[in-house]
Amino acid sequence: MRYLPLTPDDRSLMLSRIGAANIDELFADIPRDKFMRALPDLPRRKSEAEVERLLSRMAAKNTPASSVPFFVGAGAYKHHVPASVDHLIQRSEFLTSYTPYQPEITQGTLQMLFEFQTQVANLTGMEVANASMYDGSTGCHEAVLMAHRITRRKKAVLSGGLHPHYADVVRTISHMASDEVVSMPADVTAAEDIIAQIDKDTSCVVVQSPDFFGNLRDLAPIAEKCHAKGALLIAVFTEAVSLGLVEPPGAMGADIVVGEGQSIGNGLNFGGPYVGLFATRQKYVRQMPGRLAGQTQDADGKRGFVLTLSTREQHIRREKATSNICTNSGLCALAFSIHMTLLGESGLRKLARVNHANAAQLADMLSAAGVAVLNDAFFNEFTIRVKGSAQQLVEKLASQGILAGVPVSRLLPRAGLDDLLIVASTEVNTDEDRATLVEALR
Amino acid sequence: MLNNQGRPTQPANNNEASSRRRETFTGNRGLQQEEGLIFEFGRAEVSGVDIDEPAQFKPRLGKFERKTPLGLPGLSEPEAVRHYVRLSQKNYSIDAGLYPLGSCTMKHNPRLNEKMARLPGFSDVHPLQPQSTVQGAIELIDELEKWLLELTGMSAVAMSPKAGAHGEACGMMAIKAAHEARGEGKSRHIVIVPDSAHGTNPATAALIGYTVRAVPARADGTVSAQAVREALGPDVAAIMLTNPNTCGLFEKEIVEIAKAVHEAGAYFYCDGANFNAIMGKVRPGDLGIDAMHINLHKTFSTPHGGGGPGAGPVVLSQALAPYAPLPVLGVDKTTLPGKSFTCLIEQEPELAGTARKPFGRMTAFHGQMGMYVRALSYMLSHGADGLKQASEDAVLNANYVRARLSDIMSLPFGDKPCMHEVLFDDKWLKDTGVTTLDFAKAMIDEGYHPMTMYFPLVVHGAMLIEPTESESLASLELFIMTLRDLAFGVLRGETERFTQAPRLAPRRRLDETAAARNPILRWTKPEAISVAAE
Amino acid sequence: MSSIRYTQDHEYIRIDGDTGTVGISDYAQQQLGDVVFVELPESGKKIGQGEQAAVVESVKAASEVYAPVAGEVIEVNGALEGEPGKVNADPAGDGWFFKIRIGDAKQLDTLMDENAYAEFLKSLG
Repeated sequence: MRYLPLTPDDRSLMLSRIGAANIDELFADIPRDKFMRALPDLPRRKSEAEVERLLSRMAAKNTPASSVPFFVGAGAYKHHVPASVDHLIQRSEFLTSYTPYQPEITQGTLQMLFEFQTQVANLTGMEVANASMYDGSTGCHEAVLMAHRITRRKKAVLSGGLHPHYADVVRTISHMASDEVVSMPADVTAAEDIIAQIDKDTSCVVVQSPDFFGNLRDLAPIAEKCHAKGALLIAVFTEAVSLGLVEPPGAMGADIVVGEGQSIGNGLNFGGPYVGLFATRQKYVRQMPGRLAGQTQDADGKRGFVLTLSTREQHIRREKATSNICTNSGLCALAFSIHMTLLGESGLRKLARVNHANAAQLADMLSAAGVAVLNDAFFNEFTIRVKGSAQQLVEKLASQGILAGVPVSRLLPRAGLDDLLIVASTEVNTDEDRATLVEALR
Repeated sequence: MLNNQGRPTQPANNNEASSRRRETFTGNRGLQQEEGLIFEFGRAEVSGVDIDEPAQFKPRLGKFERKTPLGLPGLSEPEAVRHYVRLSQKNYSIDAGLYPLGSCTMKHNPRLNEKMARLPGFSDVHPLQPQSTVQGAIELIDELEKWLLELTGMSAVAMSPKAGAHGEACGMMAIKAAHEARGEGKSRHIVIVPDSAHGTNPATAALIGYTVRAVPARADGTVSAQAVREALGPDVAAIMLTNPNTCGLFEKEIVEIAKAVHEAGAYFYCDGANFNAIMGKVRPGDLGIDAMHINLHKTFSTPHGGGGPGAGPVVLSQALAPYAPLPVLGVDKTTLPGKSFTCLIEQEPELAGTARKPFGRMTAFHGQMGMYVRALSYMLSHGADGLKQASEDAVLNANYVRARLSDIMSLPFGDKPCMHEVLFDDKWLKDTGVTTLDFAKAMIDEGYHPMTMYFPLVVHGAMLIEPTESESLASLELFIMTLRDLAFGVLRGETERFTQAPRLAPRRRLDETAAARNPILRWTKPEAISVAAE
Repeated sequence: MSSIRYTQDHEYIRIDGDTGTVGISDYAQQQLGDVVFVELPESGKKIGQGEQAAVVESVKAASEVYAPVAGEVIEVNGALEGEPGKVNADPAGDGWFFKIRIGDAKQLDTLMDENAYAEFLKSLG
């Protein structure tokens, strides 16, 4: 087997040096009646070429985003990732190293995380960020738990514009922990009065902007009311590129910001792995979940970086930890950080403007064709009303080679919004793509 | 209250007078190049990506246009490539050397897996595009489920958890849902966790509202069925047990423990972090386990990436299978008239009338597809025979290290076979002036990543070595000879070789105390000298 | 006249009339290593004997500090927030954690005096 260096001779020599008659003596603690005598009922080993053929056949049954006019968003976005990003994250020293527990020989990862934390803090307009979470949705429930610890209250209020999967994740964990959740009804046009829900028992309010339906939301008045009532505002985003053009949550009074970082540096990957961004105010840093890289000096007085404040974490604090999280999303954070460094702020601004221009132009074209666009302010995604079932329309267009968007009913099957379609347009869309979509929806 | 792990965290005062001597003008040492922060040399107006300004258009941002500065320096492509290549060269990696981190399983990461995960059909598909356009992706998930179920002998698998600890939470929530369905959700509020467990176990139990009841391990490093029986009661929801355990031993009373747990009306959660030792040798389902997560990044070779991403699918027994979270695999007969196809069921209403009662959702979308592709690529490559051989070689290598070092280093539970990792303690270092930490740091100077140290907490000065099946006999021999040389160095009193180590790494010991007392967690622009002087 | 008592968890309480000053012993600070953070109770909080009152963190460990006797917290040592190292430098003096109004003086009898604590430490080896 090509991944196993030991030869049969090696194995017998080693067994004799160990003093075991055969390999199964080393497994003697396994109850004999449970010990497997036969191989599992699975195929035998395959060559590289055979594996490649099998998996390529499976892959060929899928329609890649790049191969068609593509307008699917709703929490994950198709962007162009520079070739150097994927090359660099495949450097052995990044790809095949572990969590940087031995800082003397993991300065590469640690410095990268320190840079990543700074980039995320600046992007979101916050003071500190951690070294990443699994993804935006799990980061969102971690933020709710963090707010509960800080406020010592147990009620979260979720906006009707929060991504339904994110809301489901928060509700699942909250139910298990017997914490209260108030979920506002689906809010297509950002008309909800969430401020009225904030009372003296409210731990936090969770608001997404741009929201699930694409609307940009004014967080400032919500933050103000939260703070008057001793609650925290958790701001969520799923499209990180938007922050290149849109006022960040930190500037509108958010206490915790969580977001999905997939848009920058990471491919669609059918939903994962992605990278959760998590930022907060300095005063809350000891209640923050996840790993943190910090700056220090070595014995020679040279600058270096270490994982720090780890007494918050499970491997020290056990059942009193701020979270059970152990793994972060290191390599995806690296991809994010490299892409962000390549863009720089001038590149990010331009990228964001192109996204916004493409979406605004598409919205205008659709309006002109008589399709109702429901949003007032948006970034690169908006919601339209179609004739009949959006789900059926999407299937029909897919069979014509157009991936038109996400039917709201796919995520909110009981909301009575079957005729709504969420459409995203990023920098990868061409004029021709947009014309094709408008023609198909006319 | 004392919770001391005996690990110094501030470097000792450096007694080498020459330490601050400028070795070179640049600070570089040959191939080791010093590298600043992007914030120190990047420029706001520079970009490594060419993007044209959009043509005239009517903005739709309302009042939300960004006024807050971004503060994000840019680099051109050559500068960026150089920055990250230089950073990479300060990292140890499994590609460069043996990486004996016990419990972390640093095995070889085949590059075929990377190539497969990058096929556009997997890497460039959106989780919410119509399922009719991702039939191959769904087929891959289905195929991976089949492999996991066959290897573990369990009934169902929840694919979506993003990492091991996330899988633990998933398994424990399935257990809670099952108790709730029986009307015992409130009365059963205790989870039994041995004190040798990974920290994630008690943290997970606490996360979903359980109280932890600790059981001690016996002198031989395993948990006795008797101790578990004594801890069980009508208030107990589950036990969380790692097997093989964190001391590298197979829990030999596991069948009895499972029986006792079930008789008490509780469920058995197994932490599957060490499944890589027993693949093809025994099936967790045959041992009476109800839920177990599998770290695809340990057992099935998906790369650790400097700390993730991982993936932690959870296999479930028949009793827990109905509660698996969304999404679950099913058959869609309605979307395309006259056609039925395998699908991911994403919403509860679609399960009406079936036995499935998902407890909720763990994450947005469907989980770690990129990791699934890599794991399946690894499984297909190995096949049933190769996976079994991988377990055997992992155990053989660990035992070889044990056999060749047991005369000089001390084993806390006696000289007997271990599984895929061997645990030493620091008895043999007593009164030498060298600690486990010092010994580990000296390994760095010899070109090795240290073993896991000070874990598990139940063993004083623990050193947990997991060589994995990826090491050749020659590589193991050199590693063993190096550890023997170091060990003799300790006994000969070459204390400075240890207390001053590492001397040859990109950095010497770092001051963790200063980092924690005055946390600097981000770059900030240095104040101008004139301001600072005021 | 002040006297000092110790718990088996290595907290001390220095008694001065009906007030007690609580901190951790010199042995405890040595075992913990460099203290990097101290989480103190709120002034005015009522706590029972043996209940968690504070948390002390070194880089690699976090330990709970329990109230040696029941009572009301009347003052906390805010200086530890900026300079947690005082716990290492002077645990019995500047490194105190909080002052408590002793609820039940009889509970003091359950604690060790200086000699008994010295013996207790010897027994730990």
